[in-house]
Amino acid sequence: MQHERMSAARKLACVVVVAVCAVSLAANWLAPSGYAKQFREAASAPPSHQHLLGTDEVGRDRFARVLYGTRISLLLAPAAALVSTVLAALVGGLAGYLGGIWLRLARGFTDLFLSLPWLFLLITVRALLPLNVSPLASVLITFLILGLLGWAASARVLSTSADALRNSDFILQARASGLHGPRLFLVHVLPNLKPVLCAQFWISIPVFILSEANLGILGLGVAEPLPSWGSLLRELEGLISFREEPWRLVPLLLLIVVMTSFQMLLSNEEVTA
Amino acid sequence: MNTTGRRALLRFLVCFVLVSLALTGAAFSQSGGELRFCLRSEPKTFDPLLVDDDSSLAIRYLTGGVLVRANRKTQDLEPELAESWKVSKDGKEITFKLRRGITFSDSSPFSSEDVAFTMQRLMDPALHSSTGDAFRSGSGAVSTKIIAPDLIAIIFPAPLAGLDRLFDQVAIMSAHSPKKEAAVLGPFLVAEYKAGSSVLLRRNPNYWKKDSQGRRLPYLDSIRLDIQSNREVEMLRFKRGELDLINVLDSDYFDRLAASSPGLAHDAGASLDSDFMWFNQVASAPIPEYKRAWFRSANFRRAISQAINREDLSRVVFNGHAQPAVGPVSPANKFWFNSRLKAEPYRPEAALKRLQADGFRMQNRALFDKVGNAVEFSIVTNAGSKPRERMAVMVQEDLGKIGIKVNVVTLDFPSLIERISQKFNYEAAMLGFRNVDLDPNGQMNIWLSSAENHAWNPQQKSPETAWEAEIDRLMRAQASTADPKKRKESFDRVQEIAAEQTPFIYLVNQNALSAVSSAVEGANPGILSPQTFWNAERLTVNASTRASR
Repeated sequence: MQHERMSAARKLACVVVVAVCAVSLAANWLAPSGYAKQFREAASAPPSHQHLLGTDEVGRDRFARVLYGTRISLLLAPAAALVSTVLAALVGGLAGYLGGIWLRLARGFTDLFLSLPWLFLLITVRALLPLNVSPLASVLITFLILGLLGWAASARVLSTSADALRNSDFILQARASGLHGPRLFLVHVLPNLKPVLCAQFWISIPVFILSEANLGILGLGVAEPLPSWGSLLRELEGLISFREEPWRLVPLLLLIVVMTSFQMLLSNEEVTA
Repeated sequence: MNTTGRRALLRFLVCFVLVSLALTGAAFSQSGGELRFCLRSEPKTFDPLLVDDDSSLAIRYLTGGVLVRANRKTQDLEPELAESWKVSKDGKEITFKLRRGITFSDSSPFSSEDVAFTMQRLMDPALHSSTGDAFRSGSGAVSTKIIAPDLIAIIFPAPLAGLDRLFDQVAIMSAHSPKKEAAVLGPFLVAEYKAGSSVLLRRNPNYWKKDSQGRRLPYLDSIRLDIQSNREVEMLRFKRGELDLINVLDSDYFDRLAASSPGLAHDAGASLDSDFMWFNQVASAPIPEYKRAWFRSANFRRAISQAINREDLSRVVFNGHAQPAVGPVSPANKFWFNSRLKAEPYRPEAALKRLQADGFRMQNRALFDKVGNAVEFSIVTNAGSKPRERMAVMVQEDLGKIGIKVNVVTLDFPSLIERISQKFNYEAAMLGFRNVDLDPNGQMNIWLSSAENHAWNPQQKSPETAWEAEIDRLMRAQASTADPKKRKESFDRVQEIAAEQTPFIYLVNQNALSAVSSAVEGANPGILSPQTFWNAERLTVNASTRASR
């Protein structure tokens, strides 16, 4: 019975994710005015037939910006999460599997990585980048940075899981059967780390979306006029009453719905991993 | 009348006299209440000669006694501790006739000795006083000559333009009081300071001023200044009636307040502050040579200026609480503004024509220079300033209409300052100028080509262009004469050159927005700092109105 309920929930989640992806891909048709056009006579306007979610502070259609922003964030935040999860699997998973000095070295390295003052390092990264970067390039750079820097916490978790696996009976049995090296890692260790990897992957996505909004402060976020969920969430700063302008909460609701749907798409074992 | 009757009459008379005395006394010692507002940062000092931050400035304004005071409404100079004053024809000497019978808050008497002591301390190079820096006119020491206990002359080594106005910032200290800076001549004195929390000012019992009915000023019993950097919290506390004033409001907050309590939000009109952008013209800057050639062309800069819709910036970004900027002086500066100048109107067609005259051409809705480089540049601005970020996005759209691709880059403030003042690794920048000084001497560090803040091309050994040499000459000329007419002529011409050459593209002058509670009586918000409490000695707080809010 529970399995059926989960199945129904997963179907619903699947429909939601597919619908959100489809709508965002159809942004060119659904919001032909585009995300950058400024309707200055109607700045900060409430929802209307012309602007379904009203306009932002400089008069850009919020519906168009949500659609285009969804397209960017849904494509690039998972991509960045994938990069960071693969790095975490390589560093944490391998170290846990090898154990001994490798595990201690990897843990020391991840601890050091986590304790670095990233704010200052990111300021240095910004200083190294040219100022004249197209908005599209800025998006790619932003999410690449997030992917390359966001692996350490996941690696810490994975190294512990892999370490536990290394000493488990079935790995001992596999070793006793003559299986070792990369084959043992790929055939027995990695599949058993999958639930942890999936959980780390899904957790990283909303974290990266919010981090992207914060990176804007350092000049590293998605450049104007391109929208992203992060930049749309930044609009909520200073919003005192939700009752007065509830439509401004749409990007936040969309983020919650999509992330919840992604979580529901995971199998039961993956969720509880 | 028998004895009992006489006694009854006597009792009645005694009671009548006592009640009358009590009522009269109450009328004369009417409580002005406690005024409450926020400082947005910790005051760095209580020494009036070392003040350099907004919070310390506010405290100095409320506690310090000055010889002359610039009226924040009329902008005229008015006598305070000095009854009268006279500036010599050569602009090197000023003589003050002081009021007599005035004492500091600790009852020590005020005389010309205190003025001499204050000036000597202020000009001591070891003190590193920014207030003192304004008085440094040339090499040589500043001397004082005590002519009489109420008469003093201050002599400078070189002429100082606008000399008398500079004394608006000099709070006189006692030469003899053991309390040092705690002995004050202003309407209030610092009674309590809780670091990180609040500053409590109490009425100075020895304050010399009286109102037209002979009542001693100030009316207020005390002022509580809470240290609060969060503007959201400040607004919420104001709405709850816990605060009486907000000195400076953003347009977003202003509109929200105006919508809910229209009587409490005050728009005093265009302030002295301006927002502007400029192009990097530094010869050694790490930018392509062809871009430097664009940025050094007055035609290019002027065309960019014409292609920006300032009316839209004022209306959209500041909800109408800003005016299109004209030049380095806001129209709010009544004397120094050159009224012959007008804000550059939005004329994209004229901008394109101007660019075409310089060899630029449009092709597939993109602009190219005469050697075929696409016109593209970045504008850096400080992250976290929403109005400025919005202005940059609107400028991006405006310039896109004439085929120019603009990349908006927001940077944290230290990185931005490093780029624009040390490494010169930027193309265009957008920032604001918070002007507190009416006198053009306050802009010397911007306009002189040798100055550090000559933003587009600082610290030039000699002026690189003829128009910069002309500005140098005019700025020095206005600074070296005491004749206001001649000074005005020189600075008017500086403003005209700034409009012709457009080294700064002035965008808007923000309005002075503030909030004043209905419990405060006598408030008259203005554009000059401190906008809401410039007449603090005449304010009262009605406790019952506050309670009813």
